[in-house]
Amino acid sequence: MTARVGVVTFPGSLDDGDAARAVRIAGAEPVRLWHGDPDLHGVDAVVLPGGFSYGDYLRCGAIARFAPVMETVVEAARGGLPVLGICNGFQILCEAHLLPGALTRNQHLHFRNRDQVLRIEATGTAWTNAFQPGQEVLVPVKNGEGCYVADPATLDRLEGEGRVVARYLGGNPNGSQRDIAAITNEAGNVVGIMPHPEHAVEALTGPSLDGLGFFTSVLKHLVGAPA
Amino acid sequence: MPRVVVDVMLKPEILDPQGQAVANALPRLGVSDVASVRIGRRIEIEFTGEPDLDRAREIADKLLANPVIEDFTVRVVTDETAGAPS
Repeated sequence: MTARVGVVTFPGSLDDGDAARAVRIAGAEPVRLWHGDPDLHGVDAVVLPGGFSYGDYLRCGAIARFAPVMETVVEAARGGLPVLGICNGFQILCEAHLLPGALTRNQHLHFRNRDQVLRIEATGTAWTNAFQPGQEVLVPVKNGEGCYVADPATLDRLEGEGRVVARYLGGNPNGSQRDIAAITNEAGNVVGIMPHPEHAVEALTGPSLDGLGFFTSVLKHLVGAPA
Repeated sequence: MPRVVVDVMLKPEILDPQGQAVANALPRLGVSDVASVRIGRRIEIEFTGEPDLDRAREIADKLLANPVIEDFTVRVVTDETAGAPS
């Protein structure tokens, strides 16, 4: 049976189409979810895509956290549903307290848009088990508020528990503490990543096919997961 | 109409690049005696009834501020005290 991966569209989402396409290329069935509908329609995993949900008013992700769909996503994520938040989705996951810390304005104040090398640090998560530990991948990064911050105790805990999922290599594009590009929750089912793996799934439109690994990982995870 | 003013500021230990950019521009105005500038956000809430500080505090804690990176204060102002230039 084909896995069904939900992709949420918030008002202002930009990358929901690309995320759905990445899901399809990875071999799953993308299911479009709407921010105002709390029903997850029986999906096996959820992607919160990049963009500017609710215009990024107040703070990035602050208003999206209270979208009807998020109440269900938060509950399901606490129960083990795999959830990947990309860029704005990462910001939403932090605002929803599914992940610790916060994303702030890039330290140099510039929007950064470039192809970025990452080192995959944690391969035990639902979204990175297709990678080798230490594997270097190339995916686009594009954000204005991608600087990951948390208090030192939280950062130490993330490092100590192996929850830093990916780090920037070859230059930190936004000033993120400890070069953090992606983190996971304690259970490893929720991952937030600032760069965009969904833009690196086809030779025509991406700098590599490295991003596909995130989406094939969740399929592998779902096959292994108890029904 | 009395209303509740919520002031949200980045915590002191969080870098405020917006404030820094403004601070760096001040010498171009001929201002050289400013050590730092920090920029926050002011939100004014009008309740339909009496201003409710506790409710405002809850709103601020859950939505208006992100306690991970921001501090906030809440206070009631009347038209006479609200942001009048002194």
